[in-house]
Amino acid sequence: MDRRDFLTVRKAKKKASPMSKPLITVSPARTSSGINPYTGPWRKNEVIHLLKRAMFGAKKADVDYFASVSMDQAVNELMNPTAPNPVPPVKEYTTSTQPGTPDGNIAQGTTWVNDVNNDGTVQSQRTASYKKWWTGVLLNQDRSIREKLIFLWVDHFGNEANEVGNGNTIYIQHQTIRQNGLGNFKQMVRDMVVDVSMLRYLNGYLNTATAPDENFARELQELFTVGKGSGSHYTEGDVKEAAKVLTGWRINGLNYQPYFTSSRHSSANKTFSSFYNNTVITGRTGATAGDLEINDLMNMIFAQPEVAKYIVRKFYRWFIYYEIDAATEANVIGPLADIFRNNNYEIVPVLTALFKSEHFYDVLNQSCIIKTPADIVIGSMREYNVAMPAASDWNTSYGHWNTLYSFMILTGLNLHDPPNVAGIPAYYQEPLFHELWITSDTLPKRNQFTDILSINGYVRNNFRMKFDFVEYAKTLANPGNPNDLIDEALTYLFRMELSPQVKQQMKTQLLLSGQQYDYYWTNAWHAYIASPTAANFNIVNLRIRELFKYLMSLSEYQLS
Amino acid sequence: MKRREFLGKSAAITLPALISGYAVKALNEDSPLVRALLGGGTDTDHVLVIIQLSGGNDGLNMVIPISTYDLYYGARSNIAIPQNRILTLNGYANTGLHPSMTGLQTMYNEKKLKVIQAVGYPQPNFSHFRATDIWMTASNTDQQVFTGWAGRYLNYEYPNFPTGYPNATTPDPLAIQIGSTASLTTQGPSVNMAMSITSATSFYQLINGTDDPVPQTKAGKELSYVRNVAKQTRQYASAIVDAANRVTNQSPYPTNNSLADQLKIVARLIKGGLKTKVYMVSFGGFDNHSLQTTTTDTTVGTHATLLGRVSEAIKAFQDDLVFLEIEDRVVGMTFSEFGRRIKSNSSVGTDHGAAAPLFVFGKPIDGGVLGDNPTIQPVANVNDNVTMQYDFRSIYSTLLQKWFCVPKETVAGLFPPGINNQLQDLPLIAGDKCNNVIVPNPSGTTLITNYPNPFTNSTEIKFSTDGGHTLLQIMDTAGRLIVNLYEEDVPAATTIIVPFDASHLPNGVYYARLQNGAGQQVRPMLKVR
Repeated sequence: MDRRDFLTVRKAKKKASPMSKPLITVSPARTSSGINPYTGPWRKNEVIHLLKRAMFGAKKADVDYFASVSMDQAVNELMNPTAPNPVPPVKEYTTSTQPGTPDGNIAQGTTWVNDVNNDGTVQSQRTASYKKWWTGVLLNQDRSIREKLIFLWVDHFGNEANEVGNGNTIYIQHQTIRQNGLGNFKQMVRDMVVDVSMLRYLNGYLNTATAPDENFARELQELFTVGKGSGSHYTEGDVKEAAKVLTGWRINGLNYQPYFTSSRHSSANKTFSSFYNNTVITGRTGATAGDLEINDLMNMIFAQPEVAKYIVRKFYRWFIYYEIDAATEANVIGPLADIFRNNNYEIVPVLTALFKSEHFYDVLNQSCIIKTPADIVIGSMREYNVAMPAASDWNTSYGHWNTLYSFMILTGLNLHDPPNVAGIPAYYQEPLFHELWITSDTLPKRNQFTDILSINGYVRNNFRMKFDFVEYAKTLANPGNPNDLIDEALTYLFRMELSPQVKQQMKTQLLLSGQQYDYYWTNAWHAYIASPTAANFNIVNLRIRELFKYLMSLSEYQLS
Repeated sequence: MKRREFLGKSAAITLPALISGYAVKALNEDSPLVRALLGGGTDTDHVLVIIQLSGGNDGLNMVIPISTYDLYYGARSNIAIPQNRILTLNGYANTGLHPSMTGLQTMYNEKKLKVIQAVGYPQPNFSHFRATDIWMTASNTDQQVFTGWAGRYLNYEYPNFPTGYPNATTPDPLAIQIGSTASLTTQGPSVNMAMSITSATSFYQLINGTDDPVPQTKAGKELSYVRNVAKQTRQYASAIVDAANRVTNQSPYPTNNSLADQLKIVARLIKGGLKTKVYMVSFGGFDNHSLQTTTTDTTVGTHATLLGRVSEAIKAFQDDLVFLEIEDRVVGMTFSEFGRRIKSNSSVGTDHGAAAPLFVFGKPIDGGVLGDNPTIQPVANVNDNVTMQYDFRSIYSTLLQKWFCVPKETVAGLFPPGINNQLQDLPLIAGDKCNNVIVPNPSGTTLITNYPNPFTNSTEIKFSTDGGHTLLQIMDTAGRLIVNLYEEDVPAATTIIVPFDASHLPNGVYYARLQNGAGQQVRPMLKVR
């Protein structure tokens, strides 16, 4: 990709006239809580707050489980996944007869990740296959923060899969992030420097001593490490010098590995600004020159306190709220950044501190994040325990994952394909941030998704993917009592309280069909449980379906 | 040739056929059936207002048998209305109204009220929920149907909805439900065809741009933001606001009467110019197992209060229609999921029953009483029920045919199997209200068509896909899947034609449901012999 093109695009987007902020009379109350460990009550409310932020949706079974252990243990378990990583994506697309290099080495239903094929058609099919697969991985996430964090890091590094144009290398990048996602951030950046997709996407493979390409060197600092916060003062000279450090790396198209060509590497000394303490990275020659100089570059960059602050602010915007005021900067960002740096950029300690902090559980920080498309699509599928085809039925599985993936695109999220290298605008674009998810286009489509999944669902190979609210209600404590049913469903699905009037209206109009007495619902429910005939099922299903459809149409449902 | 010309021309022959037992006349471009098939919606300015009385209304104390008063009194002496208090009807001595319904008495005497006796269906169900579903879906008692009768009608008139709606020819909601969330009555094969305004309060919030308060927190700030976008994108919100704002003056309505509150909004929207065909309002509290009347005076109490509010609300609505000069355009009907038992219980109430009288009202109707007083045994048994005289589906089908000007053949197809050959033409509408039907224009975005339609044995279904997974299913009016006609991963956007052989299937309406990506569209197709 031509660097100027994408830079122009990004700058243009950044400078586009800010959307007119709607007139909001609310001036949010501020909080001064910090990162002291939270010692308040550990109830479903706090568990659900934690899970909705750290995972995609809060499944009732997970909520009940974590409510039965302590907050310490819950966060520790979230941070230490034990489930194996997912099996790689398989070839579920049809072998095209068109490509110059026919995709004939692998059979359908077996993985393509180890097969080299540089045909554009094949690679676009593999990229699509990867995105379906990732959707399935999100859907089947284990009870940990792992998948949300991988989602965060993929966004952090901002590669556009369609621009990279190679599903194999995008999958490799995903795996690199997966390996480091709960590991060491410095190591992850180090791996990304010579990641093949990254080399291609930010032109690193074109960066030579005679014709330096500064693309990656700039984003390495501006977007991946020190950022552009008030404490970041790297210079244009630093960009140029870093670019020289990074010269000489190329891509082997026969095995999708990076390799270093010493003759293309700049052997001059690289001198950095006072921001980097006037560091000089000694120019080197030979086969190890590239790696050694990158190590020096990493050490220089990660010596800057601003790196930890920049990344912690990112965590904050993903997991707590997008506005960071002076009190938050002092009480939360600074202390967490210290933890991050003092632990040599290990990711688990800083996030553990964040998720155990009184600030995280501050009631003022609850219910204030606008759900992402993945929270809506993946979260609702998980929260309702939607039955999916057996893993062995890859055709139906990938088909349904594709449907879910498509709904995320419709609502503004294309997995591993952000608008540009800066990533998803909802995490950086001032002043709206998360509010960018909700527009006059995407909000109706969010409702369209929940409506379709509520009424007809989506059918493929005779497998119907659909919300089953009756089955969901069976998992609740007392679904035969319409008040308890509504209260409990709201407890698990919602973060904001609804008024008693609204709940009363929902009960009477939706569950009771206008009847005055609660026992009509109770009788219908018990009749269905005692004798689950189609007729009895329909009586409860028609009502409970309208209740949940209505719940999901409320604005409150968009918050987590 | 454009599809519309094609249909118009090709249908210009006499089908020597019967549709569900009715002879089909020559179908040409002027035929309402052909126009209906063209997909634009039959363009009358007629409006139907459906009033749901939830809880099971005691019809025998609403429409009271005078000719058999002694039997009536004998069956329910503890709640019976004294004979001298029954409101009489001009020119009809056999039957009278509850004393609290003076408004409806006046309307009857002005020939704006039709009383239909003993409306019900075979093998009545006594569960509120199931009986409500039966009334809303128009199913038989043992049938499971997932769409509403009005929803099927609106889907037939506007098969493309909601794709491409609202649009220039159909800018307004097809149906509006007030005082409740969208009900089964207006549920179509894939989406609910109605816009719902959950309460009178939310209507005025919409009109006035006010909203429920939010807390002064970050969460409150974000909730305000989402609500603000929701308000901007609420489909038809501006059409409703504009229509409401065109009407500033209405005649008086009673206060403390939620039915009147809802009907006042309906009148305002009709006068304001909405092209909406169907309005549904609801009014509850009729489940009077005990203390239906006071123990000292049977003409007052819970039920009397409810009936008084119904009567006052409808009368005020009718007066407003006169004031607003839209009386010719509006017909209303009441229904309740069931009536109550003939014999009262010892708690001064009545238990769940069967058939009950139903009102159709408005200037266009053919006033009077249809049917006889219910038969009451000299010694009423606790299980005695009012025997059905008229099937409620015949009320619906008559209104569809005589008020919404849908051809009889098509109307039959909109009812589930086993019912569509039993529908009766009832004298509900005075004169011919369908002699001035305007040819509609197709509206919305058509994703599926079929030709020929109507068809005898087979038809070809043509549909557009955006590419990707594409599924075409055939369903019957009961919502049962007949066949998956097509399922492929289509590489690119294209148009596909598949034949549908229905030679082994009974006559009636079949639905072709297209599922492609986020899009769904359901096309009604009429099979005739």
